[in-house]
Amino acid sequence: MNKAADLTEEMRDGGTVIRLSGSLAIACLRDLPNRLDAVQGPVSAIDLSDVDHMDTIGAWTVHRTAKRLGTEVTGARDETRRLIDAVGSLDEPVAIRPDHVPALTRVVGQIGEAVTAAGSTLFGLLGFFGATLVAAWSLIRHPSRFRVNAVVQRFEVVGVSALGIIGLMSFLIGIVIAQQGSVQLRQFGMEMLTINLVGRLTFRELGVLMTAIMVAGRSGSAFAAQLGTMKLTEEVDAMRTIGVSPMEALVLPRTLAVIVMMPLLGFYASVMSVIGGGFLCAIALDIPPVTFIQRLREVVPITDLWVGLIKAPVFGMIIAISGCFQGMQVKGSAEEVGLRTTAAVVQAIFLVIVIDAIFAVFFTWVGWN
Amino acid sequence: MAPEEEAAAEEARIEHAVENQDIAVSVRGLRNSFGDQLVHEGLDLDVRKGEILGVVGGSGTGKSVLMRAIIGLQTPDEGEIHVFGESMIGRLDDEALAIRKRWGVLFQGGALFSTLTVAENVEVPIREYYPNIGAQLRDEIAAYKIRMTGLPTEAGPKYPAELSGGMKKRAGLARALALDPDLLFLDEPTAGLDPIGAAAFDEQTRKLQETLGLTVFLITHDLDTLYSICDRVAVLADKKVIAVGTINELLALDHPWIQEYFNGPRGRAATAAVTREKAREQDRAAQTPPDGRR
Repeated sequence: MNKAADLTEEMRDGGTVIRLSGSLAIACLRDLPNRLDAVQGPVSAIDLSDVDHMDTIGAWTVHRTAKRLGTEVTGARDETRRLIDAVGSLDEPVAIRPDHVPALTRVVGQIGEAVTAAGSTLFGLLGFFGATLVAAWSLIRHPSRFRVNAVVQRFEVVGVSALGIIGLMSFLIGIVIAQQGSVQLRQFGMEMLTINLVGRLTFRELGVLMTAIMVAGRSGSAFAAQLGTMKLTEEVDAMRTIGVSPMEALVLPRTLAVIVMMPLLGFYASVMSVIGGGFLCAIALDIPPVTFIQRLREVVPITDLWVGLIKAPVFGMIIAISGCFQGMQVKGSAEEVGLRTTAAVVQAIFLVIVIDAIFAVFFTWVGWN
Repeated sequence: MAPEEEAAAEEARIEHAVENQDIAVSVRGLRNSFGDQLVHEGLDLDVRKGEILGVVGGSGTGKSVLMRAIIGLQTPDEGEIHVFGESMIGRLDDEALAIRKRWGVLFQGGALFSTLTVAENVEVPIREYYPNIGAQLRDEIAAYKIRMTGLPTEAGPKYPAELSGGMKKRAGLARALALDPDLLFLDEPTAGLDPIGAAAFDEQTRKLQETLGLTVFLITHDLDTLYSICDRVAVLADKKVIAVGTINELLALDHPWIQEYFNGPRGRAATAAVTREKAREQDRAAQTPPDGRR
């Protein structure tokens, strides 16, 4: 439909004239801008009398060339002239990207930002924990405000729906521990100790720890995403306006649900692990289930169960609080919901492992080992 | 296809194009549905070249769906859509692509790419469709497009999250105008803007339309926009376009929804504003001496 843009240089009245022809529209420009850039002065004029159509990008190309060569534009029709003038009047430098920062400064700056961010997150998390406690205390004084339905519903989502995946995971982990343990212990001819390994490890550490990681991935992330979305759609603000405390309506039911569900899930996970270990012992080590259970009762002290059950609600609280905290921090864009959700899971798992280490030292200290 | 048939089809196609030389977009017998819900049935609409066509209708009458159908984001159940004389439904070939390059779309929320700065957003269509344009020139084009939509020069390196609603719309408009389109689709451009910002945006749209010779398809709820910049208005109701015309022509019709729309309290206020503005212009004209000196 339109002719491709073209240029010819010709001598006229003692100076070089650039003659442009064809259609100066983006679809027809092709390599014209590059060819114009290659033209070196002095040029006495840019002649547009053969140009039949022009858009703003063509006009800009003409404008910048005329400006670079310090020459004038001739032979333009009225509308073309108007377009070039209109575009020329907009000629101001605009930065395309934010200013580039030197690598060293940037790295140092990022480290500094990360440290302050970590500090303020920890501070904020502690503050949020405090706010949750205050809300819980006021709920204890006014038990009529307690949202039974919300809590029970969370029980189902956090606990019952997780039974399948946590059970399967724990069962498999039990098998893996028993299998790997038996290979090492066989070298000493003490395959029977596999039962000690499976029993003590799962009740004390792995059952609850793996459950915590799974709950952080399932429920902690969900809390952050739910509350984050509610913050974005101003649901949380609407709640506050109506006089409903988001702490009571959103954070406490979730926290309570996870605190109650974690010991149950942790115990269930430990039992499933032991079943997995027993299964492997029966198949690979020829230890019959009855012997396995008898031996288990002898070697696993009841304190191991207590260790697991004491840790579980603490882990649950950490998961729920970091999930809700990160969710409530969302503001601005939907992108932030994703970032905060990731942060909630990473933070929860990290804190769970830190607290687990502290517990290990503590229980050794009190003599439960 | 036999050669005669092919020639006949070609002739019909040309005839269609010639017939519709003044028509930028023509929609015939459009039918759209989502599941059981019928949105459009037998919808006809023509957008003339060089006009600003306002599209109005109650919530849920499918204004946005109509726009999405025209720009190919929604495949209609039935009907024909021609843009610049080319049938557009289900086409992915080079000719359809060439047509696609000739329109720009401003979505309701601006729909800026959040990981790119405003200037980089404007560069995306240029980079995508015309990779032969050098980086330097591309940056310059983005710069004047940004200025053209009335954004300050500082807006270039900002990310969409740092912009106000009005600035996002302008940035979206700059991206829609990146390829110098002939046809511009605006989906509620003034929704969510304050009256001053909305009036400025209307003014900008009108100015750009005049400078660049654009055809504008403008979905709006804003009566002030309709009165101040639209050449014609299309009314969507009962699953089709029930009337197209200037506001005065529409007012002459005896349709309850149209009467309610333009003669409701808001409609009357907008009319009054336009009348006042005209009177003031006349006053100014009367005060200015005839030879034009001030």
